[in-house]
Amino acid sequence: MTDYTPVHAGTVTKYVVVESFDITPADLGIRAYEISKDTMVKETCFGLVINGKEEEVNRVVAELRKIDPDHIFVKDRGFPPGDPRRCRANIGGARPGYHGMENEMTVIPYVSHGLEALKTRDIASVPPPENPLDHRELGIARLKKLIEAQES
Amino acid sequence: MAKVFIYPATSLILSDLVSRYGHTPLSSAVAVRERIQTAGLESPPLQITPEEPKKGLRWAAVEVPAGVRGRMALYGPQIEAAEAAIIINDADLSFGCMGCARTNELVKYLLRQKDIPKLDLYYPKSEEEGVRFVAAIKRFLDGLGGKQ
Repeated sequence: MTDYTPVHAGTVTKYVVVESFDITPADLGIRAYEISKDTMVKETCFGLVINGKEEEVNRVVAELRKIDPDHIFVKDRGFPPGDPRRCRANIGGARPGYHGMENEMTVIPYVSHGLEALKTRDIASVPPPENPLDHRELGIARLKKLIEAQES
Repeated sequence: MAKVFIYPATSLILSDLVSRYGHTPLSSAVAVRERIQTAGLESPPLQITPEEPKKGLRWAAVEVPAGVRGRMALYGPQIEAAEAAIIINDADLSFGCMGCARTNELVKYLLRQKDIPKLDLYYPKSEEEGVRFVAAIKRFLDGLGGKQ
């Protein structure tokens, strides 16, 4: 085994994912270059990867969010941008973890709608969502569907 | 500002909503970053060394496969530090190998055993469900107190 010396130690990396009709990753990238100091910004097909000191990254992310707050989503990343252990340029195929993000991108429009709607709706009037821990009884419609599937 | 464990731990939506409403999400990226940024012996790709399954013994018995114990070395400390948890119950994206599947079961079990506020949800499947999903998370996180 060889010694391991970390690169970019003491920094954080964040994904800025854009799911918007108005903003593209390129727009975000230009804005990020305008406002960032001492951060590494990488533009990707789904948004940006930003690496740097935590305070600076948080500041840039907060500024970027203002562009389209309901359609820009942010999460942490363990690896710095372009890390050869994770970057698809080195390993081929999609980056590990991309599939999870791709899966959630199918749900994100509903979340964006929820964020927009809560600006105008009273949160107290919104009923709670279905509780997964509740015992779910077999509905008549579902039972009928099961019987029909069995017969065909 | 409360530390909120999110399940699936890689979730973009939960990570964003928790930090958006002023709390700290505990996700796998944070645990991986700790290892990536710590000097030691080279153990690519995630810098998971043979020490991790030993640390995982705190949360899983010795007869549990090393893959589960190694993963628990990442999630275990976060579960202990968590002051609240949000769990999405139909997260197909967290499906992986048997090590991932068993770790997911153990993570959910440990969260349910822990006496902390928990929010159980499904992913929204329509716009109205999206409103309810976001509202439920906002109400839950507001109830935790701290900075908004």
